[in-house]
Amino acid sequence: MVRLRELASMEDRLVSGHGLCLGCGIPVIMKVVLRATTDPIVIANATGCLEVCTSRFPWTSWRTTWMHSAFENAASTIAGVEAMYKALVRKGKIPKDKKIKFLAIGGDGGTYDIGFQALSGAAERGHDFVYICYDNNVYANTGGQRSAATPLGASATTSPAGSKIPGKMQKRKDLTQIMAAHGIPYVAQASPHRWMDLYNKAKKAFEVDGPAFLNVLTPCPLEWKYDESQGMRIANLAADTCVWPLYEVENGKYKINYFPKEKLPVIKWLEPQGRFRHLFKEENKWLIDEIQKSVDEDWERLQRLAKL
Amino acid sequence: MKKAKTLEELKNATWKELPIGTVNPDPANSLKNFTGTWRSGKKPIFKKDTCIHCLFCWVYCPDMAIIVKDGKVLGINYDYCKGCGICEVECPTKPKSIEMVKEEVTLS
Repeated sequence: MVRLRELASMEDRLVSGHGLCLGCGIPVIMKVVLRATTDPIVIANATGCLEVCTSRFPWTSWRTTWMHSAFENAASTIAGVEAMYKALVRKGKIPKDKKIKFLAIGGDGGTYDIGFQALSGAAERGHDFVYICYDNNVYANTGGQRSAATPLGASATTSPAGSKIPGKMQKRKDLTQIMAAHGIPYVAQASPHRWMDLYNKAKKAFEVDGPAFLNVLTPCPLEWKYDESQGMRIANLAADTCVWPLYEVENGKYKINYFPKEKLPVIKWLEPQGRFRHLFKEENKWLIDEIQKSVDEDWERLQRLAKL
Repeated sequence: MKKAKTLEELKNATWKELPIGTVNPDPANSLKNFTGTWRSGKKPIFKKDTCIHCLFCWVYCPDMAIIVKDGKVLGINYDYCKGCGICEVECPTKPKSIEMVKEEVTLS
């Protein structure tokens, strides 16, 4: 079990002075994840909030090897770097005992939608890398367009709630399950509020031999429209309402890491967020029942999978 | 052609002077970019008497602005704190060891 004072004594690999919004969840995730290994890390970062805000030329907030790759190919970039590392070890140009970790980072736009093909390919080829998706449910960097991760009923700039539709009318894509279906050694879903859980998952992901995928919920004050001080409370509510269950799939075996003491109704998670405000109008209330039904079904299904 | 290396040289570089592939030769130089100027109206005040050094503020701070030494919270780095207030919300002590207070904004 790791303690925060141990983590705090380690050096930051992502430093202050970045341009991410106040109250952003991404640096919290990176702070924990980048401490889960003491080996050098090479990062390929897909276009997105994190990439744009930490590398505004001439500034850089990174104290580790970091490269920007286009929206669609962070996984391909890191696969190439990893293949080169293996070749150089084989040729004796890098000593055999020199361990390097390979990390690809993407937002939900760059992972669920645009970069999915590259990620799926790299996972199938079995490169030894970790992919972290910080999922803020929306294209937050380009003005809040809907993505495949945007949940049912959320208002986004390309699925705005109005007289025609009450927000996005499609269910979100369950990428964690899709990655688990690739049969890779480690897949997990985490949240920044449970930092210990996130740390353990990141550590496991770095340690396994082969591809590992982490999907981390990221509260976004700008696009979820809540008070910026409430970010971690909202992440906690996502776990407590089972909207975002915390679980891992290790070599095909499902394990739920967090059971809420009392499963809260989904309305508790919807209430504080401005992007769901329209759901509380009389004519849209049916959608809240739909969301509750869908969350309950998914939670039941996950519990069944964990019993297998 | 001499390539730009320091932050000042990078800022004023012409395209010929940029490092090949715009590889940034100065890692972690955003430490010289003081985002504390973003704060608008409120800032956190650290009260060491009630602090139990659980370091929740440190782990949840999005700007790495909580100063910690040997496992103890020493204070807040106002050079980078953007004033989101997550530290106050997550502080478990009663009364809170970090409190958001009003801050006069001076426009420079």
